[in-house]
Amino acid sequence: MPTIVVEVMPKPALLDPQGKAVAGALGRLGKSEFTDVRIGKRFEVTVDRPVDDALLSEVRELAADMFSNSVIEDVVSVIALREPQEPA
Amino acid sequence: MRIGVITFPGSLDDRDAQRAVRIAGATPVALWHDDHDLQGVDAIILPGGFSYGDYLRAGAIASHSPIMAEVIEAANKGVPVLGICNGFQMLAEARLVPGAHTRNAHQQFIRRDQRMRVENATTVWTNSFQTGDEIIIPMKNADGRFVADAQTLERIEGEGQVTFRYLEVNPNGSLNDIAGVSNERGNVVGLMPHPEHATEPGFGPDTRDAMSSGTDGLRFFASVLSTLVG
Repeated sequence: MPTIVVEVMPKPALLDPQGKAVAGALGRLGKSEFTDVRIGKRFEVTVDRPVDDALLSEVRELAADMFSNSVIEDVVSVIALREPQEPA
Repeated sequence: MRIGVITFPGSLDDRDAQRAVRIAGATPVALWHDDHDLQGVDAIILPGGFSYGDYLRAGAIASHSPIMAEVIEAANKGVPVLGICNGFQMLAEARLVPGAHTRNAHQQFIRRDQRMRVENATTVWTNSFQTGDEIIIPMKNADGRFVADAQTLERIEGEGQVTFRYLEVNPNGSLNDIAGVSNERGNVVGLMPHPEHATEPGFGPDTRDAMSSGTDGLRFFASVLSTLVG
């Protein structure tokens, strides 16, 4: 089934406690080259027909109105996922 | 006076809010998230809890419930609406009040009897207080950190839309210690602490006088009743 992928990230200016906790753990593991981690969300929306521009723009609206809250988050991408390859 | 309390999947404090309404001398009306019917109530309470397990964002899915269409319409007409904790998160998600909520800065769930100051006693839900009153209301949340961009913060501070501010301890990292806010008109108020848990002696927050004796929450309900009776 065709799939549209939406990615949402907390706004850069905003404290991301989850990311901070993971970054802290990396520090404790001695991986000091990784200076920060931010954690966002990925939505995979399955649709019952081939993806066209109208469908993409509908998902863009949903992404702005429901999947994200523009006070605290940014929608960073809305793209149609390529059909997965058959396993070899 | 009939005050509706909407139950969403995962609401926890709907019955407590109904009880508080009764203690305050009004008639509670149980409303259901999946209806398009406010049953002609005079005021609306969005109660606390963890609607939809806080999935997506706290209050986000509930803010798209069928009955929220009627709530938004009523709020915009001036009907008093109080959002408590998860209800406050719904109000913010529905853009009925400014700002948004994120995970507590320390990442812990917190429960405490919280001192706060009434910053604006002219709203429909605070007019039985005096501005500057210090009150104690229980709070309990995981996603209670109030945030808004700098411009919005400046605006709501200037317009008197900051209704309550935490005192002594900022329990969740909320910007400007904000515990509750209102819309411009002052008929819609949201706050993280739970006034319905401070309405009955013996079952309220600890105060300096005695354990479990706090009833500061009663004045929220007295406020809306005095407004409605006019």
